[in-house]
Amino acid sequence: MDTMSQILKLLEKTDSIEINEFRMDVDELELTIMPTLQNFVQKVVEKQVEAKKEFESQIEFKYPVKDYAGKVNEVKLGGKNRKTVKLGGQTSLYRFEEPQPNAPTVTFDVFDIPMNGLPRPIKENFEDVMHSPGEWAEKAVKEFGADMITLHLIGTDPKVKDKSLKDAAKDLEEVLQAVKVPLVIGGSGNPKKDPLVLEMAAEVADGERCLLASANLDLDYQKIAQAAVKHDHAVLSWAISDVNMQKVLNKALMKEGLTANDIVMDPTTCALGYGIEFSIDVMTRTRLSALKGEEILQMPMSSGTTNAWGSREAWMKKDEWGPTKYRGPIWEVVTGITMMLCGVDIFMMLHPLSVKTLKEIGTTLTYEYKSKESQDISDWINKF
Amino acid sequence: MKVTAMDIYKLLPRTNCGKCGEASCMAFAAKLSQKEAELSNCPQLKGADFEKLTNMLAPAVKEIKIGTGDRAVTIGGDEVLYRYELTYYNPTALAVDLSDDMDDSEFDQKLSEIKNLEFERTGEILKLNAVALRNKSGDLEKFKKAAEKLKDAGIPVILCSFDPKAMEAALDVIGSKRPLIYAATENNINEMSELALKHNCPISLFVPNDLEKMKQLSRKLRESGVKDIVLDPGTCIGEAIGDTMDNFIMIRRLAVEEKDDDFRFPILAVPAVCWINPEEDEILTKMKEATTAAALMNRYADAMILHGVDIWEMMPVLTLRQSLYTDPRKPQSVEAKIYEFGTVDENSPVIMTTNFALTYYTVAGDLKSGKVNCYLLVLDTGGKAVDVAVAGGQFNGKAAAELMKETGIEKLVNHKKLIIPGLAASVSGDIEDQSGWEVIVGTRDSSEVPAFLAKIW
Repeated sequence: MDTMSQILKLLEKTDSIEINEFRMDVDELELTIMPTLQNFVQKVVEKQVEAKKEFESQIEFKYPVKDYAGKVNEVKLGGKNRKTVKLGGQTSLYRFEEPQPNAPTVTFDVFDIPMNGLPRPIKENFEDVMHSPGEWAEKAVKEFGADMITLHLIGTDPKVKDKSLKDAAKDLEEVLQAVKVPLVIGGSGNPKKDPLVLEMAAEVADGERCLLASANLDLDYQKIAQAAVKHDHAVLSWAISDVNMQKVLNKALMKEGLTANDIVMDPTTCALGYGIEFSIDVMTRTRLSALKGEEILQMPMSSGTTNAWGSREAWMKKDEWGPTKYRGPIWEVVTGITMMLCGVDIFMMLHPLSVKTLKEIGTTLTYEYKSKESQDISDWINKF
Repeated sequence: MKVTAMDIYKLLPRTNCGKCGEASCMAFAAKLSQKEAELSNCPQLKGADFEKLTNMLAPAVKEIKIGTGDRAVTIGGDEVLYRYELTYYNPTALAVDLSDDMDDSEFDQKLSEIKNLEFERTGEILKLNAVALRNKSGDLEKFKKAAEKLKDAGIPVILCSFDPKAMEAALDVIGSKRPLIYAATENNINEMSELALKHNCPISLFVPNDLEKMKQLSRKLRESGVKDIVLDPGTCIGEAIGDTMDNFIMIRRLAVEEKDDDFRFPILAVPAVCWINPEEDEILTKMKEATTAAALMNRYADAMILHGVDIWEMMPVLTLRQSLYTDPRKPQSVEAKIYEFGTVDENSPVIMTTNFALTYYTVAGDLKSGKVNCYLLVLDTGGKAVDVAVAGGQFNGKAAAELMKETGIEKLVNHKKLIIPGLAASVSGDIEDQSGWEVIVGTRDSSEVPAFLAKIW
């Protein structure tokens, strides 16, 4: 093998010769070999440039931030005689892209009847005020920092107490007087009576911009929507874990005159261990659709986090599971946190400790990435 | 992005030989894209195409095995950011810590608590997966001795020390059990990666709150030949929990959407850091730890180290894990048919419920523990719970009557009384009309069924 062939042979195996240091005396080369070598050197140079490019592009860290075509509507509640609370308004999926303009809101459940059936860990906190919805609401705001109150007019159900509209109006007046936070006004779940109860409530709370809960396809939602339009309230649009049903209902409500800023959606919260994965999927898909630009799903979302208390693990006395005193609140908070991470904006909750925990984490969603001091954890292994 | 069946099909032999068990290569490709078939099922696929497909089908997040034997645990393997798109693979591995300065009895007691903690839900036993041995003492000998005690414990181990000498001592003892080395850091990365290579063990990379540096160090580990890496971007709590979630999300997004090879690894969370500054009340610290664990499990943690072992603290974490990692393509349901409990005869009560797995197992558990003799008719509600199925219309008179006809319940009993769940009260009239049976509205919760039957039957 001649010298040149040997050089070529060697070069074949290497991807990285320093071209700067490569000297060749053209006169010494046989002309027939020149094109081959030139060609080869050219290739090596190209390879090196490519490798360098690839290396640089990969080692440089770029935040995986995206642009979104759509945004979540902002719904304002309260006003007139009370504070205001804003829900929604997100323009991105995550706070490292753009922090949420409004922190998630928690509304405390209050009932118009004493509710002796509530789990003990909740009763312990409210037993002294359960005879009066006004005092109950006041305690939730003053002692436990409720952003809002949900008054459930459960006593209006013909099968519960069959309270008249007049009596229900009194309960509502009492709560309106007792607190200055915005209200969610809920019926009893009776599809015949709820539209009447909510129509009455809309009139009694005229101009206070409450959230009427709730409209669904199985009752006279037109009546509720029309009352909301007339007296300036928002409506909770409740569909059972079904994105298409949610769209149909939202459209139907808007046909009655409600605007996109008057609707909050409740895609149904299935409790931890009782189908929470269905809620995770539906809420995530709904929020992603909104950010992709699907207008009919751009409303803020609500979660009936209280549903967590229906889970056996939250309330059932069973020694091998530990005290219900701890199980209940933690079941509620884990349900809530999970829903929050799927994009829920307003939480209906029962236990003061769960509310506190959720609010603390919720507030961090409005912070810029790395804007807060964090604890030094570099030596955590020997710290406890 | 996800590989489509068509991408896969192009590389298959396209002979439709049927030896993989599918009718055609296209059907096999579809199964492969859904991770429901193995590439090795195709006898004709060899060489470059096999290689190509293997790479194409490699999950966005690498799968890594910790431990050996029956209780070895695999983490990672995810392909998607949202579970509804496919499913999340390999449930988060839960490890609880042991420190090397505990006395023997304390150590053994906590170890047995970790190993024995279990909780049954919907016919599945939920358990913890590993122990994390902390070199709290800072002493090499103590760490080694504690590792010795774990050698034959039959549970995967995470060895936690930033001191390469201590790590080496422990690995000399249990390196053959494939423990997870925790952790390589900016300061010890060369020594630690050598240990990982020498013992063929997976290694965690701990770079608190600095993804840019994490990328550099991950690259460095990979270039040194380490293949099994677990990323710990630090678990910060309090006001900085948001940063931690951001880091977890960004890492997973970089892996799945950007296919950034430096981040295509499982993520480790350490909710145990809640114990650095415990709350006044220990209960509150435990709640905080469980809350942190739940938040990070929702946001892509593939493994985590916890400190508490109280069952009430672990139940929500284990339950969330079971929920997150179910396959969204399959409803959680049992077969709709007639089931018998205890000894049944023609006088036995007939109860109806839905085929949602959780409902069924809950009811079945209560009937068994209450020693009830009865027939249980399980209605196909598409895997929906009673209240949801009533609201959604699957639990109705017509469906109930059809099930009763199909099962021939009329011939099994000499009465015509059907007990339905309290939550289905609103459809009782409909069922009476359609079936001609008398419908008794039962209790709202099945735990009350034994007492209810004692009263009315």
